[in-house]
Amino acid sequence: MKPAPFRYAAPDSLAAALDLLAGGNARPLAGGQSLIPMLNLRLVRPGLLVDLNPLEELAGIELREDGALCIGAMTRQAHLLASAVAAAGWPLLCQALSNVGHAATRNRGTVGGSAAHADPAAQLPVALTALDARFHVRSIAGERMLPAADFFRGRGVAGLAPGDLLVAVEVPPTPRGTAAAFVEHAKTHGGFPTAGVAVLHAPARHSAIALLGAGPAPVRATAAEHALSGGASVDEVASLAAAVVGDDHRRAVIGALARRALEGVTT
Amino acid sequence: MRISVTINGTSFSDEVEPRTLLSDFIRHQAGLTGTHVGCEHGACGACTIQLDGQPVRSCLMLAVQASGRSLRTVEDLAGPNGRLSALQQAFTDHHALQCGFCTAGFLMSADALLRDRAGTHLTEAEVRRELAGNLCRCTGYEGIVAAVLSVADPPLAAE
Repeated sequence: MKPAPFRYAAPDSLAAALDLLAGGNARPLAGGQSLIPMLNLRLVRPGLLVDLNPLEELAGIELREDGALCIGAMTRQAHLLASAVAAAGWPLLCQALSNVGHAATRNRGTVGGSAAHADPAAQLPVALTALDARFHVRSIAGERMLPAADFFRGRGVAGLAPGDLLVAVEVPPTPRGTAAAFVEHAKTHGGFPTAGVAVLHAPARHSAIALLGAGPAPVRATAAEHALSGGASVDEVASLAAAVVGDDHRRAVIGALARRALEGVTT
Repeated sequence: MRISVTINGTSFSDEVEPRTLLSDFIRHQAGLTGTHVGCEHGACGACTIQLDGQPVRSCLMLAVQASGRSLRTVEDLAGPNGRLSALQQAFTDHHALQCGFCTAGFLMSADALLRDRAGTHLTEAEVRRELAGNLCRCTGYEGIVAAVLSVADPPLAAE
């Protein structure tokens, strides 16, 4: 239950961190709320840990002139949860985050770490998928931007190659009047949910539904989204959302959660 | 690597391996064994301490990451001469512990909660939700929740 030995570096600039990550057999350490358990259990044995915590340039929440919310990868989950700017424009993020772990883990856990870890039971990736977030990835070769569908690729698999670092998550604005709901089913509060549903809805303008527990990565329920835009009933939309789930139990749970979420945004 | 931290107001410096967990550093090197280590992978909350005033799980940090920071452990709750804090006394009065293994973690979480929420009305549901990251395997949670609510300021409104 102790980590295997590794080398440790705490670079003082993003450029230095990217150089170290390019060296091979290195892993970035963000909030450590997933990586350190994996180290303790010896599920991973990196040669070098590159600690991003000293890099203040990666932490912070910025409302850009184009209306997008730019969240630095090292922004603590607790910081985003307490952000008035996020609560006003992107309440789905705060609703999802209130279910993520506990105060003691949110004080360390980061937005970028949660995204890059790509746990299929994590709430933030599902909310970010519903919000059409874009992921800014840097390496010594340069920067690129990935949409959510290309970033969340599978169970624990993000669109990151060795040497890549997620540096920021950009969340575009939603149309004025968009209602949001995030509901989940977990055995205990703060535990990993077995299923969840994120819904955004602005009548006749915008609909997005993303599912947690429907697959190895967040799933957009596109048929249900179209039905919601077209004014279908809560039951119809929920049935369409649940229909994308293969497993019987999860389909039933997601159907029930979808109804609850839809009632939250349509009444 | 040599690190220096402030623990409970006192400076402490020692050599650590990069892989030394903060929980082990606190117990084995600083000698403060009030902080308990349960699951060592972030599930139980027994090792909760306060880092610059905020509750964190000390098994999910490397000791080297705490260098230059201020730590507070359960040993800091009682006053001089070992007089229990109001929260600690409430744990005793409400039978909020049996074996006591989880207690330090609960106290450090609840201490931060009571401080952060001072002046607002805490409900039982909120206390249960906020302490959900700390597991107790012998008393259940009734006594723990009652103890925390008994020292909430302002007191729990009658419902």
